[in-house]
Amino acid sequence: MITLAHYMLLSAVLFAIGLFGVLSKKNAITVLVSTEIMLNAVNLNLIAINKYIGVDGFYGQLMAIFVIAVAAAEVGVGLGIIISMYRNKETISLDEFNFLKW
Amino acid sequence: MVEFAMHNAWLIPLLPAIAFAAIALLLWPWPKASSTFSILMILTSFVLALAVVYGVYTQPELIEKSMVYTTRWFSMPGLRIDVGIMLDPTSAMMLWVVTLVALLVQIYSLGYMEGDPGFSSFYAYLSLFAASMLGLVLSSNLLQMFVFWELVGLCSYLLIGFWFYKDSAREAAKKAFITTRVGDFGLLIGLLSLQLIFGTLNIPELAEKAVNFQNYVSAETLTLVLVVLFLGPIGKSGQFPLHVWLPDAMEGPTPVSALIHAATMVVAGVYLVGRILFLFKEVPAAMHVVAIIGGFTAFFAATIALTQTEMKRILAYSTVSQLGYMMLALGAASLTASMFHLMTHAYFKALMFLGAGSVLHALHGKAHIHEMGGLYKKMPWTTWTFVIGALAIAGIPPLAGFWSKDEILLVVKEAAHEAPGIYTPLFWLALITAFLTAFYMFRQVFTAFFGPEKPENHPHEAPWNMRLPLIILAFFSIVGGWVGLPWLEKGFGYWVRMGEFHHAEPDYVLMGVSVLLALAGIYLAYLMYLKKAIDPDKVAEKFGVLYKLSYHKYYIDEIYLWFNQMVVDGMGKILYWVDLYIVDGIVNGIGAITRGSGAVLRYTTTGNLQTYALVIFMVIVIITLYFAFGDASFASLFLGGGK
Repeated sequence: MITLAHYMLLSAVLFAIGLFGVLSKKNAITVLVSTEIMLNAVNLNLIAINKYIGVDGFYGQLMAIFVIAVAAAEVGVGLGIIISMYRNKETISLDEFNFLKW
Repeated sequence: MVEFAMHNAWLIPLLPAIAFAAIALLLWPWPKASSTFSILMILTSFVLALAVVYGVYTQPELIEKSMVYTTRWFSMPGLRIDVGIMLDPTSAMMLWVVTLVALLVQIYSLGYMEGDPGFSSFYAYLSLFAASMLGLVLSSNLLQMFVFWELVGLCSYLLIGFWFYKDSAREAAKKAFITTRVGDFGLLIGLLSLQLIFGTLNIPELAEKAVNFQNYVSAETLTLVLVVLFLGPIGKSGQFPLHVWLPDAMEGPTPVSALIHAATMVVAGVYLVGRILFLFKEVPAAMHVVAIIGGFTAFFAATIALTQTEMKRILAYSTVSQLGYMMLALGAASLTASMFHLMTHAYFKALMFLGAGSVLHALHGKAHIHEMGGLYKKMPWTTWTFVIGALAIAGIPPLAGFWSKDEILLVVKEAAHEAPGIYTPLFWLALITAFLTAFYMFRQVFTAFFGPEKPENHPHEAPWNMRLPLIILAFFSIVGGWVGLPWLEKGFGYWVRMGEFHHAEPDYVLMGVSVLLALAGIYLAYLMYLKKAIDPDKVAEKFGVLYKLSYHKYYIDEIYLWFNQMVVDGMGKILYWVDLYIVDGIVNGIGAITRGSGAVLRYTTTGNLQTYALVIFMVIVIITLYFAFGDASFASLFLGGGK
């Protein structure tokens, strides 16, 4: 029997993987992909809760679609930024982009 | 004409004010036009003043009850200020004195100031001064009087510093302004207190309320208020210890010295005290303060005048001394004697200042009497009018000064019957001062005008426009005192008085003594400075310390300087240190802390995105843990929600 807890556990694992990728990977594209994983963990949570709590309507699904749309836009912007980063420094390693400091 | 003048007395100050505005705005490029217009205006004022004097002296009921026209200046709950004009024999006499001297001085200045680059502005200032002084004289309200009081102070400042390119003139102007300001501060406080106590500053209303002042205030408080108020007259009328500005004021052009610092402005203090003498009369202690200050100043200034060598400076100290006499008379509760002396003093002191101006004019600014000598041959008019003035101030009958000085001695002697402890010493001081006055005046006369001629001087007699005022003033210096002859049934004392008129019997012994003292003073001066029977230098040596004290004016200026340097500057240094190290220290300290902490904390900003993300994540973890397991109420303080 698959319960809400299973879904939430899966979601938490996905989120942790995404977070690990965001915090530790040096490649900007990998970081972008990791954020997508985190967003999808949230989506999964939303849909599962909608189903198991048993409210009338599709609020969770609606929210998830919103998130997907926003994620698409975000990827568009993010990739644009990464391209301009590459044009400037010939690399997309995040360690090289630390000049917003003292 | 008389009726018109009586009902439109406000025109008298207005006309010179118009002259001032016209010169300042329009006429200043044409000196001739400026002076002519100014003299015309003051002449018209003079004629109006004559009409007012005539009108007042045909209406004896004005003695008891002044003629007052007022209009509301402003009113608000608890405060109502009326301004207006007040006509009675006292103000009429002042109108006569001020317009007469102002007119003569303006005529005199035609010759004296000829060719001066500031000729037009000189006349503008003189007109403004005349307007302010006449306004002061006519004021029916003490606040209104205060306004004019400050205006005459301003004119005095402008005219002392008229030759502002001279350092000494600038310094003297500032000194005069600042010194009188000390006194004016007291005057302002006194006026405000009177307003608080009696609820009015109108002189007639104050006079009514003064009779039963116990309904409003205790005698001690009223004494204190009046003594503080008296600081103003002390400053303005050059009384000890604020007399220091008056001798320095002689840096101004001589006509100014004659008009402002001898005949009119400096008597404003005497006039003010005279105007509210009914208040002083109610509290004897305040009266005694006035008498003591006046009597002491009379003596003190006379002793300084003994050793001074600058002509105008001697006259200045003599003015201080004579003003002391007037204050002494007020302190003896006699408005009559004080105003009488004020009037005669205006004649002969203006005369002597204008005579001194004539000498300075002839000798191109040589000011020391030892540089002069034998002037009587070349300048007969100046010399003999000056001698008349000197005789008048020395108190030789029948000249003006004798009668008024005698009146003062008489009232002080009478006051000594009531309060011998206070007035007897003052009476003797006044007698000694009479002797000293005769001596120092004739020291000056014999040294400057007689004796051997100095070959390096080429004096010439003054032009007619300078001689004419001298002659007119000499005339009044002779006959001016006759209005107050003690034998007259209704003399000066009948008109200008406060309270009941009582006819004082002439005191022939006192008259004799004062004449003898004056003659003795003149004779001593004759022996020392003309006949050289007594060597002045030997006398000076004999009185070594006293001579030095007198020559250096009792070091009053030095004491003030020391006080300023030690106390005021010392205080300034301490406060400067406090400002520099404590006030600034706090402000700069806050800045330093901010900068220092910033210098340390900026290294936390690494610029690495993933570090930031890690920090954000850690904080979220901590907060979450706190909500899950920590004290929720504590957390809610920061996060709003909570349980």
